[in-house]
Amino acid sequence: MSSSTSPASALPHAVRLGMRRGWTEFVLSLRSSQDQWFYLFTAFLAVGYLYLRRDTPVDDTGLLLPSVALPSILGGLVAFGLVIGPAYSLAMEKEDGTLLRAKAVPNGLVGYFAGQLVLHSSSLVPQTIAVLVPSFLLFDNLMAHPSGWFTIVWVLALGLLATLPIGMAIGAVVPGVQKVGMWGMLPVMVLAGISGIFYPVQALWGWVQVVAQVFPMYWLGLGMRSAFLPDSYVDAEIGGSWRTLETIAVLGAWAVVGALVAPALLRRMSRRQSGSQVAAAKEAATQWVR
Amino acid sequence: MIEVRDLRMRYGDKDVLTSVEFSIEPGEVVCLLGPNGAGKTTTIEILEGFRERSAGEVTVLGEDPRRASEAWRARTGVVLQSWRDHPRWTPRTLLDQVGGYYAPYATPDRPRPVPTDELLEVVGLDDLADQKIATFSGGQRRRLDVAMGIVGRPELLFLDEPTAGFDPQARREFHHVVHRLADLEHTTILLTTHDLDEAEKLADRVLILAGGRIVADDTAEQLALRAALEVEVKWTRGGERFVHSTADATDFVRRLLTEPGEPVVDLEVRRASLEDAYLDLVQRHEAGQSDEAVRAFREVV
Repeated sequence: MSSSTSPASALPHAVRLGMRRGWTEFVLSLRSSQDQWFYLFTAFLAVGYLYLRRDTPVDDTGLLLPSVALPSILGGLVAFGLVIGPAYSLAMEKEDGTLLRAKAVPNGLVGYFAGQLVLHSSSLVPQTIAVLVPSFLLFDNLMAHPSGWFTIVWVLALGLLATLPIGMAIGAVVPGVQKVGMWGMLPVMVLAGISGIFYPVQALWGWVQVVAQVFPMYWLGLGMRSAFLPDSYVDAEIGGSWRTLETIAVLGAWAVVGALVAPALLRRMSRRQSGSQVAAAKEAATQWVR
Repeated sequence: MIEVRDLRMRYGDKDVLTSVEFSIEPGEVVCLLGPNGAGKTTTIEILEGFRERSAGEVTVLGEDPRRASEAWRARTGVVLQSWRDHPRWTPRTLLDQVGGYYAPYATPDRPRPVPTDELLEVVGLDDLADQKIATFSGGQRRRLDVAMGIVGRPELLFLDEPTAGFDPQARREFHHVVHRLADLEHTTILLTTHDLDEAEKLADRVLILAGGRIVADDTAEQLALRAALEVEVKWTRGGERFVHSTADATDFVRRLLTEPGEPVVDLEVRRASLEDAYLDLVQRHEAGQSDEAVRAFREVV
């Protein structure tokens, strides 16, 4: 009988396979008309809104609305995609048996989660490009200083680490796909409403401003504005500052908490996976459709 | 290979398994047979390590599946029933991906994984290797399930109701795959079914689960012999069809053939089968009289 110990190479091997899995899923997603439609539709809404208000000046900053709103909307879209995307795919894949398959394979769960990280991180790229390209074609004065591109990269990276675990955690705890709207979509929408994406956060009551600043979405938006906008705009922000250190601190704190909490929730979810659970979800889904 | 002692499972205040005991030796093909709701799926999921048990001792491949290692995982295979997972993938990319995880666990006598092309041929999906899985029929999906279950060349394979929803042709091809695995790869196989006919065709040994425990544990032939009280003899003479039930078929047939008169044609001798006893068990179980059903069944076999 063969031995029952794993070779040391098994785990890194599984991580590599999982990354390949995520990349395959990403490429398949780019080729799927459903996902193309999603990217184009969100971009159309965002750019359409900016286009309709392309001549609106923003108070006395000397800037037009697209310049000010684009970075905020971009931050909001990124946060939205990174929370709702993984929440939906986890909720879906624990019902359809994808996760159970991963569990039946040695180190399959490690691979599965590595794949999820790669897939959802990669999906940032088409989403960002779909908004940025038409915006740069249609509007002027979007990027005040070329060094802003560097800021975009680190804000996106930190925002990814801060928000992706939230999406994973929601996906791990929701009892079913139909509940993602209630548990994921709704809170994210509310946060988008109060996080200074569509109007300055100072327009709201003090306690709402405090709530908004607890969550990563506000800081993603602020970080993006600091990347795109000229320093003259900084007076319109809270405290008249880009608060770069605070941005790093808040997003970083969410990333640390996420890195601690999400794996525990994912482990709990995987432990509960069984064939009967998948069969029950199938039963429920067929009844839902009919 | 598998050792189960006093396995109990309780959901709320309902006892599903009261005291299940059995063992399986390497190389055996064992069928866990029982009416729907008897606890077959619960039992196999506990053995697979997918479900916690309430009490009892379970050892599978030398480990407790509750705390089994990834190396243990690599030596087992599970055929899961897919539904709508991986719709955008093709069988080839998916099997390459899934098989990859077994590569670190290859041994000289068990090269892992099974090469994808070989696997696709075994389950008869070679023509569909590069088609999107979303376009597959139910039967084609199930073949892919089997392929994913055996991609790691398992020493022990679990199959839960593997042929549910198969047409007769697909069922026969599937039986062929199981025989091949058992004979050529020396895979130990535990499968569940509620179909006695399938159990008789596939298994070296049949375990019948009812009323929360194993009520019969033997080869299909032995069970059938024990169940057989009467033998049915059918024949035609002078264009007329006759049926007769007897305990001693040999003696009856000898007398029948030596009787004067027109010659006997279309002679058929059939042992009243295990099927009758089993069908009775299932019927009573479904009528909610499971204790009574178990008692009646035990009297027969």
